[in-house]
Amino acid sequence: MCKKLNHLQIITIIEAHGKSKEGLLSILLEIQKASEENYVHEQWAKLVAEQLELPVSKVYEVLTFYAMFSTKPRGKYVIEVCKSTPCHISKSDSIVKILEKELGIKIGDTTEDKMFTLLYTHCVGACDIGPVLKIGEDVYGNLTVDKITDLINAYRGA
Amino acid sequence: MSKIVQLISNNCGNITPDSVDEYVKAGGFEGLKKAFTMKPAAIIAEVKAAKLLGRGGAAYPAGSKWQHLLEIPEFPKYIVCNADEGEPGTFKDKLLLSQEPLRVIEGMIIAGYVFNSNDGYIYIRGEYEAIQRTFQKALDHAIEEGYLGEKILGTDFSFNIHIKTGAGAYVCGENSALLNSIEGKAGRPRIKPPHLAEVGLFLKPTLVNNVESFATIPVITQIGGEKYLSYGTKDSGGTKLVCLSGHAAKRGVYEVPFGITLRDIIYDPEIGGGIAGGKKLKFFHLGGQSGPCGIPAQLDTPYCYKALRTAGLAVGSGAVVVMDESVCVVDYLKGVTEFFIHESCGKCTPCRQGNQQLYKILCRMTSGAGAQDDIEKIHGLIDIMTKTSFCGLGQAAAVAVSTCLLYFKDEFEAHLNGICPAGYCVFESEIEALR
Repeated sequence: MCKKLNHLQIITIIEAHGKSKEGLLSILLEIQKASEENYVHEQWAKLVAEQLELPVSKVYEVLTFYAMFSTKPRGKYVIEVCKSTPCHISKSDSIVKILEKELGIKIGDTTEDKMFTLLYTHCVGACDIGPVLKIGEDVYGNLTVDKITDLINAYRGA
Repeated sequence: MSKIVQLISNNCGNITPDSVDEYVKAGGFEGLKKAFTMKPAAIIAEVKAAKLLGRGGAAYPAGSKWQHLLEIPEFPKYIVCNADEGEPGTFKDKLLLSQEPLRVIEGMIIAGYVFNSNDGYIYIRGEYEAIQRTFQKALDHAIEEGYLGEKILGTDFSFNIHIKTGAGAYVCGENSALLNSIEGKAGRPRIKPPHLAEVGLFLKPTLVNNVESFATIPVITQIGGEKYLSYGTKDSGGTKLVCLSGHAAKRGVYEVPFGITLRDIIYDPEIGGGIAGGKKLKFFHLGGQSGPCGIPAQLDTPYCYKALRTAGLAVGSGAVVVMDESVCVVDYLKGVTEFFIHESCGKCTPCRQGNQQLYKILCRMTSGAGAQDDIEKIHGLIDIMTKTSFCGLGQAAAVAVSTCLLYFKDEFEAHLNGICPAGYCVFESEIEALR
């Protein structure tokens, strides 16, 4: 089995969810979180398919249908900037420019040290504090240049 | 006098969200206790009398939905709460789920009792991971205190609620797609009929209601449908959680009675507080991305289902996105359309292709490369998408574009002549000139 997660860890996650087909989304989300690279490797997907007695294509259908999944490795922290209209009119574009400069990457890319991936996302339900970005399950709002710099530094040191 | 009326959000911020003890002290579970003394049909009669219209956005009469399911003889039946809030500009379910989870739970238990169901599911969007944990704690505490689980409050009625997570798909807010997702599949909508009341979750009869609708049920049971109705207008019962965002001075969620005006919502010092920075209102977008846009001349329209519909507006999810004069209408619609390109499940051509073509035309316009017949082309696309899309997502995706064309046609035309009246768009020709 490749890199971060071994066979036993995957089996443990599957069994924690009752080894049921209905648990597919939860299982894949947990595997992705445990991977530390925010993705689901092909081998892990195959193992899930085998354990749940599903065709691999079904597992891939789910992996590629839902926006939260990735089949390719991403940074340890995925920074998602909301581009839905309430944030857009609160100048989320400029937030992306600041982040691109701060991280030295373009939107969609991962930093060389594999720490950060910068992505767009749609509404995270925090329109009252737009413009917002989300890192993991934490949402940060009313963003300014200083706030963003402090935030990135805090994650770099974490 | 304050225009805010709190029937379902009065505990928000005032109690520990997962504390059964504090919830009960604040009057919680009284609706459930009363429900246990009533016959299922009598509870449904109250929901009907309340004229509760589905709060997720579709505004389907909850009483009729419940009546339909009651008449289905097959068991088991499932109770499903749609907590897949992903509508841009909408963050009211988040407030209830995180601050008043026990009220939502109480509403689901009452529904379970009405339909003699033993299992409820709440489908919470994957992005609300922290809220899923809060909600689980609330469920655990409700079980410990005997309000949930086996033989609730000493009765013979048992009911459990299971949390299911989404993984980032707006279309799962569509009820049949949501059920597919709970079953562990890709969240594509199902063909209807059969209705979900007949063939729903795991192919069994199922009730699907929104978070806010469920939160309203204990209130209706407790105070009675007629009393609940009286807080609103004669055809829009009770209150609604509205979500103010964009350039409103006081962005946030407010519970308001139906019947106050849009002006009250946007300008009342206790609600929207006017436009941030003292700027002028240009337009507003109601009910979500698939909702209509409106203009200042419509501000005196009462906020209720009927009056808004007559004015070409809608309640929808309760979103009120406010735009000041700095916003370019065409650029704004580009954002709306881009959203639908991303969220279209791709199953049907009118939605998948229609949004992409709309976006292309809008991009042409904002870059100064629009063609004179582009407005006509937009109308053609809107017509096809509205009439031939498979589900509500595609059918309503062009509503914002269509209403903006009604009020801001001159702004579209100006773009075709190389002018952005809001001064937002940068045209190719101007970039050329700078070189």
